[in-house]
Amino acid sequence: MTIADDPATTLPGYKWVGTRPIRPDGFDKVTGRARFGADLTLAGMLEGAVLRSPHAHARIVSIDTTKALALPGVKAIVTGADFPEPAGNPTDQDMCRNAMAREKVLYEGHVVAAVAATSKRIARKALDAIEVQYEVLPHVMTVDEAMAPGAVLLHDGMITKGMDPAPTEPSNVASRVVYQRGELDKGFADADVIVERTFTTKPVHQGYIEPHAAVADTTPDGRSTVWCSSQGHFAMRAYSAKVLGWDPSRLKVIPAEIGGGFGGKTTIYLEPLAVRLSQKAGRPVRMVMDRDEVFMATGPASASKVTIKMGANKAGEITAAELWMAYEAGAYPGSAIGAGSMTALAPYNIPHFIIEGFDVVVNKPRVYSYRAPGAPQSAFAVESVVDELAHKLGIDPIDFRLQNAVEEGMQAPYGPKYQKIGFKETLEAIKHHPHYSAPLGPNQGRGVAAGFWFNAGMNSSAVVHINEDGNATVVTGSPDIGGSRASMALMAAEELGIDYNRVRPVVADTEQVGFNDVTGGSRVTLATGAAVVDACRKVIADLRARAAKTWDVPVEQVEWVDGQAQHVDGSQPPLSLAAIAKGWARTGGPISAAATLNARGVGAGFSTQLVDVEVDPETGHTSVVRYTTAQDAGRAIHPSYVEGQLQGGVVQGIGWALNEEYIYNADGKMDNPSFLDYRIPVASDLPMIDAVIVEVPNPGHPYGVRGVGEVGIVPPLAAVANAVAAATHRRFTDLPLSPPRVLDGILNGTEES
Amino acid sequence: MARRLINCVVNGDETDFLCEDGDSLLDSLRNEVGLTGVKEGCGTGDCGACSVLLNGRVTCSCLVFSPEADGATITTVEGLADGDHLHPLQECFLEGAALQCGICTPGFLVAAKALLDANPNPTESEVRYGLAGNLCRCTGYDKIVRAVLEAAAQMREANV
Repeated sequence: MTIADDPATTLPGYKWVGTRPIRPDGFDKVTGRARFGADLTLAGMLEGAVLRSPHAHARIVSIDTTKALALPGVKAIVTGADFPEPAGNPTDQDMCRNAMAREKVLYEGHVVAAVAATSKRIARKALDAIEVQYEVLPHVMTVDEAMAPGAVLLHDGMITKGMDPAPTEPSNVASRVVYQRGELDKGFADADVIVERTFTTKPVHQGYIEPHAAVADTTPDGRSTVWCSSQGHFAMRAYSAKVLGWDPSRLKVIPAEIGGGFGGKTTIYLEPLAVRLSQKAGRPVRMVMDRDEVFMATGPASASKVTIKMGANKAGEITAAELWMAYEAGAYPGSAIGAGSMTALAPYNIPHFIIEGFDVVVNKPRVYSYRAPGAPQSAFAVESVVDELAHKLGIDPIDFRLQNAVEEGMQAPYGPKYQKIGFKETLEAIKHHPHYSAPLGPNQGRGVAAGFWFNAGMNSSAVVHINEDGNATVVTGSPDIGGSRASMALMAAEELGIDYNRVRPVVADTEQVGFNDVTGGSRVTLATGAAVVDACRKVIADLRARAAKTWDVPVEQVEWVDGQAQHVDGSQPPLSLAAIAKGWARTGGPISAAATLNARGVGAGFSTQLVDVEVDPETGHTSVVRYTTAQDAGRAIHPSYVEGQLQGGVVQGIGWALNEEYIYNADGKMDNPSFLDYRIPVASDLPMIDAVIVEVPNPGHPYGVRGVGEVGIVPPLAAVANAVAAATHRRFTDLPLSPPRVLDGILNGTEES
Repeated sequence: MARRLINCVVNGDETDFLCEDGDSLLDSLRNEVGLTGVKEGCGTGDCGACSVLLNGRVTCSCLVFSPEADGATITTVEGLADGDHLHPLQECFLEGAALQCGICTPGFLVAAKALLDANPNPTESEVRYGLAGNLCRCTGYDKIVRAVLEAAAQMREANV
């Protein structure tokens, strides 16, 4: 299909929503004009660099910066001594220690010091001149090692939360969560077939192409301006302030364009270091990570170990499920074990289950969110076993899922009842897609898997200004990571009844617009979009009032239709937005409205995916030869960018399934911190990704929007593994399915029917 | 360290800049010439975000020492458009939503231009292999490949 074959479609009743115009920031991004995190240069700017721990676990005995500071061109050095004692809740304190190590380093890459100098070369030279004495400690690298009796402790006083009674001894298990329903024994007694297996995944990185970058300019009045690329500049302000011991309002954070985040740019790394260096040096400081720093010290997503037992009866009903899950948190508590547990069984209505999850610290970088955080790991286990049960029962895997699928009114495993959802519609879309009945070639196999993600609402602010020419400026504080400016402009154009090209969306800094939570949780089009719609409706109310004043009629007699005020009985010539704007001095002055909200009405997202793979029996290499994904978008505001989210999530999941993993050596050091050795999918690895947008409108949003950014990465791990199982007649339970692992399975594994 | 004066042609203009021997062309283009459309994603030649045309050949500018560029002709993303007329690749990337975050886009556009200069009528597979040196983490490549095929078709039509 070419672009020309895929014309813009307009939904009934809408002029702009559902069309595919060019994104407002597009011209800057295809001509090199767009300014990302590393692109700002200020007069007198210094370049920063970070000294990182070479050890997986060590006590810092001493740091001597004397020689480094004496180097010509070195203007400032900061260490843990330059930051206040971490304060706030335990998570805040951990964030402070992750940003700058104090007593101990807990992973290779942990920040020990930072330098600002007149060039990057001098800054790097200064790093070599900083003398750090370490007392190297034993390290633990996996949940098995960390949970073993007598394991070395990362945090001396950590008592597992969520245990009753609470343990008396500290351990590396930060917390335990449990979700359960019914009577497990009864559920398994009702089963005719039971499958029990253990699944593992390795740490994987979000893999955004833009390394973290920040520029800070701290002025003598004790304020600082920070320019950085992040998924939320208000969060960067709040978190940096905590590390610095400042009130957030002393910081102004200006959002640069962001070169990918996928959850990994929802926290601070360089920002507070740049602020403090700039404060000490009295000059602006720019800090940009190298790629190996990105791998070693940011992200990744948790490695996982999931043991699952699931039973079903001959009628095709899942009767019981038991999950034991442990996720690596990295150096500080905070894996997505909660979300992983809650989402694990969310697609299915199962009468009896228990899910027990553990958050486990290990000597690796502190994990961070990655697209539907926590869900892909548990879905890999659940969807693999669901596939195997269907197979053993002789039921089509989609029919088996349809039979057990949740629908409106059913209770989710994590508590609430589902509102209107489109899971079954995605299953039906795949079942009836031509791909599902297409013939397979030799050594090929077909896999299906499904996935669930909550989607988020949270806080957003928006302001709509009408300009003197009747055009509109839409101001939000949500960084645009994949086309959200276009979505904002489309919804505003629809509301105001003016041409899309007459709306200019702006992502404003922390002092120019009200608070916005991060661009994450698939929330921006839903929540910030709803704030934009609210602000537009306030503007329209004002416009109607002004027309009423002009005509000297009650406002109830004025309607807003197609971008103009009309009198209900047609007794007045319509007043266009441009005409009202032109005369605003006579009707009350300039026209603007703001709206803020904590978004409710979030619509859950479901995805069903279908993949054909071909496995080379000689090498174990797996090629993805065809891929179809069906996802409920609620309503696609800009279908091209919705498809893009679906396709991007799938391909990240394919990478997770087939190639990507952190490889550590015996010293606890990462062996593959580069894009050469940590191999993300490239164009020649892939086919087209057929994205089927299912639209079951979310009643909680004015246009029916559901978040679309995340759920697409949930099914691919199992979908690919199920396809490989079909191609090889072997069940693989450990990711990634790299050629050596698959070849070993083919040569030495147990063949299954 | 004494700095060296480099003369080259960048996006059609005679350009000179100072560099140290160890500077990369990427750093010189960004910091000395001011062309920040050239992006750094890895610094090791693995991601292609810093792709430029060096004497017509697509090259990772992070792997070239700046002194090697003396006398060279260089095209960056900033040089693809003809005045305010976008290159068909740029048009097709916009129309086809072939970018999400946009950080890899300059490198893809430059690499795609090199591909189409050498092969005006590529197959899908040739486009995929031709762009295999460029990483995109957002799109899954689907819309990028379609945009390049569409641009190729438009350029062939325009040349008929």
